[in-house]
This record gives sequence, C-alpha cells and structure tokens, in this order.
Amino acid sequence: MTPDTAYAELMKFENRADPYPFFDELRKTPVARVANGIYVVTGYRELMALAHDPRVSSDSRRSTAALQPAAKARPESETNPMEAYGSARSMINSDPPDHDRARRQAMQFFGPPHSPDLIPKMEPDIQRMVNALLDKAKARGNTRIDVVDDYAYPLPVSVICNVLGVPLKDEQRFHVWVSDVFEGKDLGPEAATEEGKRRSEKARASAEAITEYMIGLVEQFAREPGEGMLSKMVNEDGPEGRMPPGEVVPNALLLLVAGHDSTVNLIAHCVLTLLRNPGSFELLRGRPELIPGAIEEVLRLQSSVQFFPSRSATADIEINGTVIPKGSPIFLMYGAANRDPGRFPNPNQFDPERRDNQHLGWASGIHTCFGGPLARLEVNIALEVFLRRVVNPRLVVDPPPYRRSMIFRGPRHLLIDIDGIRD
Amino acid sequence: MNASRSASTIVAELVTAFKTRGRIVIVGASLAGLRAAEALRDEGFSGSLTIIGDEPHEPYDRPPLSKQVLKGWVPADHTKLPRVRAVDAEWRLGEAATGLDRASRQVRLASGDQVPFDRLLIATGTRARPWFNPKEAALDGVFTLRTCDDAARLQAALAAGPRRVLIIGAGFIGSEIASVCRELGLAVTVAERAEAPLVGALGGVIGNIAAEMQRDHGVDLRTGVAVEALEGDAGGHVRRARLSDGSIFDVDVVLASLGSIRNTEWLEGAGLASGFWGVACDAGCRAFDINGVVTDNIFVAGDVARAPHVLYEYQFLSLEHWDNAVFGAQVAAHNMVSLEADRRPHLPLPAFWSGQFGVNIKGVGVGPFGDEIVITQGSVKERRFAAAYGRRGRIVAAVTFNHGKWLEYYGALIERSAPFPPPPPGFDQPADMHPVPAEFPDPRAPTALPDVVLTGHDPTERGAEFRPGRR
Repeated sequence: MTPDTAYAELMKFENRADPYPFFDELRKTPVARVANGIYVVTGYRELMALAHDPRVSSDSRRSTAALQPAAKARPESETNPMEAYGSARSMINSDPPDHDRARRQAMQFFGPPHSPDLIPKMEPDIQRMVNALLDKAKARGNTRIDVVDDYAYPLPVSVICNVLGVPLKDEQRFHVWVSDVFEGKDLGPEAATEEGKRRSEKARASAEAITEYMIGLVEQFAREPGEGMLSKMVNEDGPEGRMPPGEVVPNALLLLVAGHDSTVNLIAHCVLTLLRNPGSFELLRGRPELIPGAIEEVLRLQSSVQFFPSRSATADIEINGTVIPKGSPIFLMYGAANRDPGRFPNPNQFDPERRDNQHLGWASGIHTCFGGPLARLEVNIALEVFLRRVVNPRLVVDPPPYRRSMIFRGPRHLLIDIDGIRD
Repeated sequence: MNASRSASTIVAELVTAFKTRGRIVIVGASLAGLRAAEALRDEGFSGSLTIIGDEPHEPYDRPPLSKQVLKGWVPADHTKLPRVRAVDAEWRLGEAATGLDRASRQVRLASGDQVPFDRLLIATGTRARPWFNPKEAALDGVFTLRTCDDAARLQAALAAGPRRVLIIGAGFIGSEIASVCRELGLAVTVAERAEAPLVGALGGVIGNIAAEMQRDHGVDLRTGVAVEALEGDAGGHVRRARLSDGSIFDVDVVLASLGSIRNTEWLEGAGLASGFWGVACDAGCRAFDINGVVTDNIFVAGDVARAPHVLYEYQFLSLEHWDNAVFGAQVAAHNMVSLEADRRPHLPLPAFWSGQFGVNIKGVGVGPFGDEIVITQGSVKERRFAAAYGRRGRIVAAVTFNHGKWLEYYGALIERSAPFPPPPPGFDQPADMHPVPAEFPDPRAPTALPDVVLTGHDPTERGAEFRPGRR
C-alpha cells in the first residue's frame, strides 16, 4: 500500500472505528508525502522533533490544507474593533509571539500562576454532576445506557460552560452547530460527493452561526460583565493588557469546543477500552490508584485529537532523511505516533500499568493542550465514579458507531448493558 | 558448549550472590545518595545498604532553599525529598565520613567507627565556599547558603527586615537571592568581580541581560569590584562593607555566594583521583585511582563526580545540576550490581534552571564550552528569548529566558552536534541573528596548584602520588 492509498483509506468514514491498520501502513514511511503535497508525520520521534521545531508554523494562513476560520461573520470595520473578526485566529492557529501572548492572556484566568485555584475548586461540582447523571440513569430504571449521551457528553459541556460563563441553556443550539462543523470538516474522499458537499455547506453555515453566537456573547460581556473566563478576557487587564476583542471570539470558540469535545471522546474511549479488555474494569475498580495512568494509556491508544492540520514548513526541513519542502502542509498524526512500536513496546496493547508513557495525546511543545489539567480532573472523577457505581457493564455493539470527523474522533453512541447502578 | 555454559552460570551466580549478600555503602545522603539507594533496590539489590550523611537531616531538596524558602512560602525544613520507594537502609545521619581505606574496604567515620563495604558510592557533593576571612565570616549576619539550616538562618535574617543586604557574587545563587530580596522589598547590593552576573555559566552577552534585569528590579548591582572587608559592631554583628573601588556602606546582612567546594577532603590518602575538581570517574561512574586507572568497586555520582563527556571532546566535566545527580545515581546504582556487558554509560545532556526577577531561565548543554552565541528566537528586550552557543561551527549549548518550551529542540540539536548557528525560525525572529563572541572568562586562569606528582623510575614502580599541604 502506498502512503497515498493508506492516507485515503485512513480518511474514509468506513474506517473510522479502526484507523490503526492504515496508520501502521503510513508509518512504514514515518514522514510521507500524500495527496495535495501534504506531509503526514506518523513516527513518534519525527513528530516530536517537528512539534518542537521553530521552522514549523502553526499559522493557518500559511498552510494550504489548514482548517480556515469561519467566514467573516461581519464586515471588518476600522472604527469598531469588536467587528474585526474576519482575520483573527485562535492561538492553536497562531505562531509566537502572538500565540504566546494570547495563551498567557487566556491562561491568567484559568490556571497558575494567576488563577491556581480555579481547576482544583471544581472538584466537588464535578463529583456532584457525575453522580447526578448516574442517579438520573438509575431513576429511569433501564438496563441499557448510552455512555456518550447519558454520561460522557453532559459532564464536560456543563463544566466548560461554567468555566467560560457560556449559558448552559444555549447548549442545544451550539451543540448542533458544533456537530455540523465537525461533520463537514471531511478530509476524505467522501468530501467530493454530493452529500459531502452538502455537509460542507452546512458546516460553513453552522460555523458562521456559532461565530455569530459567540460575537453576541462577547459583546454582551463587554456591555455587562458577568461570571467566567470570557467576561474576564473581555474586561480585565493583565500584565500584558487585554486580549484584542477580535481575538477573544476565535479563542472563546476554541476553548468552548476543544474544552468539551475531546473530553467526551476520552471518557467514552475509557469505558470502551476497559470493556474491550477483560479484567481491566475489575482491576481498576479494585485499585483506583491506577486510574490516572490508565486514562493516559487510553489517550495514547485513542487520541481524542488524532491529528491537527494547522502546520506548515517555513523552510526546507530535513527530518530522518526526508526533506519537507518549504511551504508544505504538515499533518502531525498524534494517533499514529502514539502507537509507534519504536517508542512504545506492544503499542496496540492496552496496558493500564504502562510505564514511560510519554504519549502525544495532549500534543507537545508550545501548543500542548491548554485545558489538559481540567480534562484530567473531569475524566478521573468520571471514570472513578463510573467504576464504583455501574454494575457489570457490557458492550452492546463493538465497534460502536463513530462520528464522521477523523480529527476529533470518538464514538457517536456507546451502548452498554448493565445490571444496575449502585447508590 | 558445556564449559561456556557453566562459565556463564558461574558468573550469573556471582551476580545473584552479590545482589543478595553484598554490602553497599553510600557516602552522601542528599539527592544523589537517596536516588542511588532507591535505584539499587529497584535493581534487585537486597544486601545490606548503609547511607552515611554528615547532616542530621533526612534527604531534602535544595533548589527551593534559595527561592520559596527565603520568600517565606515554605519552611526550611519542609523540602524533604519525596521517596520513590522504600530503601531499607541503615541511615547514619549526622556522622561525617572522614576516611576511606581501599585496601580493607572500610569507610571511617568521625566517631571512629569503621563501616565495611564491598562496593562504595561516593556522593558527598559540595559545600558553600565560605567568606575568605574567617573572622569576618564569623560575624553575625554573614551567611552562606547550601543547607536547609543555612536557609532557615538566612530566611530569619531577611524576615527581620535588614536595612540593606549585601550579596557577594552574582552567580545563580546570588542572583536568585537578590531577586528574593527585592520581592521582599529589601534594599540589596550585589557585588560581583566579573563585569556582569552569571558570566561564568552563561557568558558576558547573557550576563549583560541579567545585569539589566537586576537593575530594572532595583538591585544596586556593582560589577568589576571586589569586597575587601566586612566590619562588625561591638556586638559582633556585621555593619559595614568596604569595596575595592573605595566605597563603604552600611549592611545588616551579608551573603557570600562564591560558588562551591567539592567535599573530597575525606578521601585524602585513599589514592583516588580526587581533589579540587572532584572525584574523577569514567562515564560508567567508576572512580579513577590516583594514577588514572579505573577502579572496580568505587563509584561516584552527583555534584562531586567528574567524568569525560562524549559531546564535549571527552573533557572531564563536573555538572552541578539536579538531574545530573538523579540520572548519575541511577546509572551508578545499575553499574554497581551489573557486570561489564550490562553496564550503562551516564551521558547526560546537561540541563539546569533558575528563577529570578520573574524570569524562568533554563539551559541545556555546556555554555562555557562554546565561544560564540546567537539569539535565535524571541525578544531580548521583552526577556523572552532563546539563544544558542557554538564552538567551531557546532552547537554546544542553549539558554532560554521565559522560552523553555523550545529547549527540547535545542537539546536535540546539541545531541547531534548540529551546525552553528542553527537555521532561523519561521516566526518570532529576533532583531539580530548574527553570532557574536559569548564572552566567557578565560578558562585557562589558574584555579588550583597541582598536588599530584609522578614518582618511580622502573616501569613497574611508576605511579602518581598525592602531596598534600602544598596549597
């Protein structure tokens, strides 16, 4: 199989549940040129080197293959910076120094050194939320639950709304938009079909709608400060001043979407992985101190963000005998590098006690996951409570149905049968 | 076949026997000593393990002593090192080792006790270099900083609100403490003989940036001067300092941060390659004897070790860095219970960090090995940048100011001896990307008199001899 073929197969929706054989094929050429001049990086060491190389840009304007921000929601205006959203990019699509400055401006309201207590203080709320979700499932009395809809999704979306100050009542609206956008960001051959074009058109419209929604929210906070990070980003000065209003919107969207979607996928994949591997559910229930390491292992095996298409080469870059020509788009395939047998012994095996597990599920370098500490807290509590309360869970279908996106990859549903839920 | 199988069986039995019944003594109960003990148990060593330390304290972490402890965030006795695992050792704390008898394989303690060993790990580290004038050093208010007791005393003195603090020597420790003083709102003078702070470790180009940082934060930084005298009051408390430029000023607290002295005196007469520079060992942590012949049963780790480094033309390097102690201890422990075929080299990429004046400074490689420097990323003015050091067209070190996430990239370049200067970044390019001289002090300046001489004429008698007392 040529890298081109493997890449095309990888992107096909029919292979979403198990893309890993195609990653293995691709990894025979750890840095491979595929369609559209894209360089796909699947080797662990090669990926690590490029993630840290200052000649690799994350500026989406420089890459022909990057996800472009939503079309301008409003005409740019010289006089009102609040309306100049068209050209601003979120930090994940930016380079230093703008990236660094934006990340610090956002981090000051989220983590240390300025806000060291925000995440730890969420623990009791998260405990309450996950227990309430199981109480609800128990009250329904069904012996079948959907881990995604009943458990994995409601928690992170409530948490991120709370952190950002996004009204939870708006969830039904933005949930549809986010789903549309992910459905439409299709890099596979299906994108060219009539249905693919329809999905892409719908994604564009939904991206506009969610951008419009976020502009409204940010403008409202500018008029009337409220609770949460977004209002602080709009209204409060830090050591480096305020984030330019035009940047608040794309960064707020990034935090809202990345702030829950990847966590949903991780919780679902934790349950799926434990149930696929006989004995591991019981092992972790008996030894909860293994939970944090097991979660990292799931993230290695089933990275919530399988790759990210923002990067490009700003110079000819020689890596392990291959020269990536200047200007080429570079896709860092975290999901593939995380199963590189040259880095992880028995890479396809779930080993909850794996040592030396420096996987790339959170990426590496300056774009390392912003919300990782919050996600870790949520998933640890969610899994621990699930292990303690859910009696004898079994998978109903394996593999479960997956969502379309290859980038943000996770089950659409995860049905399990249970014998009950403990108090 | 049979013969070779039985030979390998015998060897395997020897290793097993040593792991079960061997006696290992570790001299030095700080980071390297503790991590070596843990690693020995991880390696399956179940024999007797003795850890000797001259301080009465359990192993503790030193980096916070010049930072969080002095700021008053953490009490000085609250930096105990986390234990990786139980070590089941006999701890002889508060007992200094005073001698080593290699022939009878015994460590002599100050109490007169002898501790026998089959294998020995030397991890005695360094101590603070005291103020050169003992009378002045004995004045109340004159401090050095190396131990947690030092930190407790200095913290109390700073908390008492001295009118002015004098810091003698602007290396990492002196600079970090000057930073703490400013955070505490204390007036502080830093006197440095070189032209800028941090010059020994990072060179004059970075030193000038560090000097600006100090002055911007209100430090009275005086460079190119020496402190000539400290004067006390009738009560024996330091009150005044006189500098080589003739200036005299009032001080209530003086910190002498003059670098370190390696704790090797106890090895005098043991016939090891030890002295001013530390204890020389191979890259597998085995000590050299005085003739430069490697020994079989004596190993060295941590600040006191000095080993040849592949990346740096096999020069013998002492790396007084935290992770060098950890990784060196692990390699030493492994090699202490392994035969030659299984031994590993300790080939660290040197790495260090410091925090001062709101800037996180991190480095990899050996800066002073280079003679050129180039700012590679970011902005010096905004004090967020990366810089690389080069020597003969190869990159040998890098340093970052508030830019540590990029260090891994430079580390990989250094490990490959990649070309210097490195290629320009694709973004956030500094204003000037031309290499300039790094401005390190001349390493040829004499620092110690040789005290080893060659003796003997017949080839079988030829050897080196330690002649102490010539210093």
